[in-house]
Amino acid sequence: MDDKLLIASRVAQELRPGTLVNLGIGLPTLVASLVPRDAQIFFQSENGIIGMQSVPEHGLEDDDLTDAGGRPISALPGAATFDSAMSFGLIRGGHLDVTVLGGLQVDRNGRLANWMVPGKMVPGMGGAMDLVTGARRVIVAMTHTAKGEHKIVDSCTLPLTSTRCVDLVVTELAVLQPTPEGMLLKELAPGVSIEQVQTATGTPLIVPPHVPTMSVA
Amino acid sequence: MSKTLKAADAVARIPDGAVLMIGGFMGVGTPHRLIDELVRQRKQGLTVIANDTARPGVGIGKLITARLVRKVIASHIGTNPETQAQMIAGDIEVELVPQGTLAERVRAGGFGLGAVVTPTGVGTVVAEGKRTIEIDGRVFLLELPLRADYALVNARQADHIGNLAYALTARNFNPLIAMAADVVLAEPQEIVPVGVIPPDAVMTPSVVVTHIIARESAHG
Repeated sequence: MDDKLLIASRVAQELRPGTLVNLGIGLPTLVASLVPRDAQIFFQSENGIIGMQSVPEHGLEDDDLTDAGGRPISALPGAATFDSAMSFGLIRGGHLDVTVLGGLQVDRNGRLANWMVPGKMVPGMGGAMDLVTGARRVIVAMTHTAKGEHKIVDSCTLPLTSTRCVDLVVTELAVLQPTPEGMLLKELAPGVSIEQVQTATGTPLIVPPHVPTMSVA
Repeated sequence: MSKTLKAADAVARIPDGAVLMIGGFMGVGTPHRLIDELVRQRKQGLTVIANDTARPGVGIGKLITARLVRKVIASHIGTNPETQAQMIAGDIEVELVPQGTLAERVRAGGFGLGAVVTPTGVGTVVAEGKRTIEIDGRVFLLELPLRADYALVNARQADHIGNLAYALTARNFNPLIAMAADVVLAEPQEIVPVGVIPPDAVMTPSVVVTHIIARESAHG
């Protein structure tokens, strides 16, 4: 299975019926297509909608109905639209159950850096700082390393997105849970060894006696 | 007295160096005719307060491409390489603000509040040089209100006195900026008689709208 699809499939299992979920641009967006259609999960797009659904049939797009990347979407029956203050009131006010975001670095306790590389890439934080600060549960979906460099590290060298620690990290190698004591290894991807994950990780893993294998559809 | 103005006449009143709030999210809900007039009349040295600078050639991206912008206050410029290039060259000053904080700073400016007190950005580079406040053991960042000389608002409908209703995700920052500027220019997709927008459906009341941008007649 393709790495990104593997990550997105595992993240999709974390989403519960009846919850409000916000997906970041890129890899996290894949998750929406892997959730059963009858799962009753409400996806929020921070540009102002709850109940977004996949791209409409060509020719049925509405210029005023888009996702946060400006791409056409459709709306489920029961969808709601609102302004940006309401959208971020939902996010910051504790009404958002889960956010799934990409990451550049995560430290051993779960502090996330995902919005800039000084001197190289300064896109802006968009909604990421509000999402990490306000969502009830933050899941980071990212590749385990970047061009051989560690992304899961003792301490982030890139500017933080928030001081709030994320709840779960899902990569193509493992599922990890940051704790105050360090990074706990929760699951291994099929065919991956504990040693492989440790080599690809820039902080000592806490390894329980039994580490189950990720179940991916 | 009619509030209606042609786009060209409304933009002619905007001086060089003006501070503009512009609605839209990646160009969706952006008043495109007003943007085109700003470019055509080459208004210089603008400060733009908006969610993003869209893409080159799209929405606010047209102002960037035409090099009319001196300063941008936005949450995201990553989709427009021209904004980033002009920032690196020192031609544009960019202040990046978390999106929820930007919405609330605009809201505070329009709602008469002295500050926004938010947990977002605490302990990050966003907090540098800003005051923090501890309330019940939790630390918050004190962010200041934003106001503008002009708000350039896109709406789905305006009635003849300027009540506004917005469409779907084109609403975004529009109702917020409509409260936070000295002069509010509303560019509706459709102008309807008073009463067509039911009171419950009015999202911005007419009293805050200075001018309605006239439709270009299809009949010459």
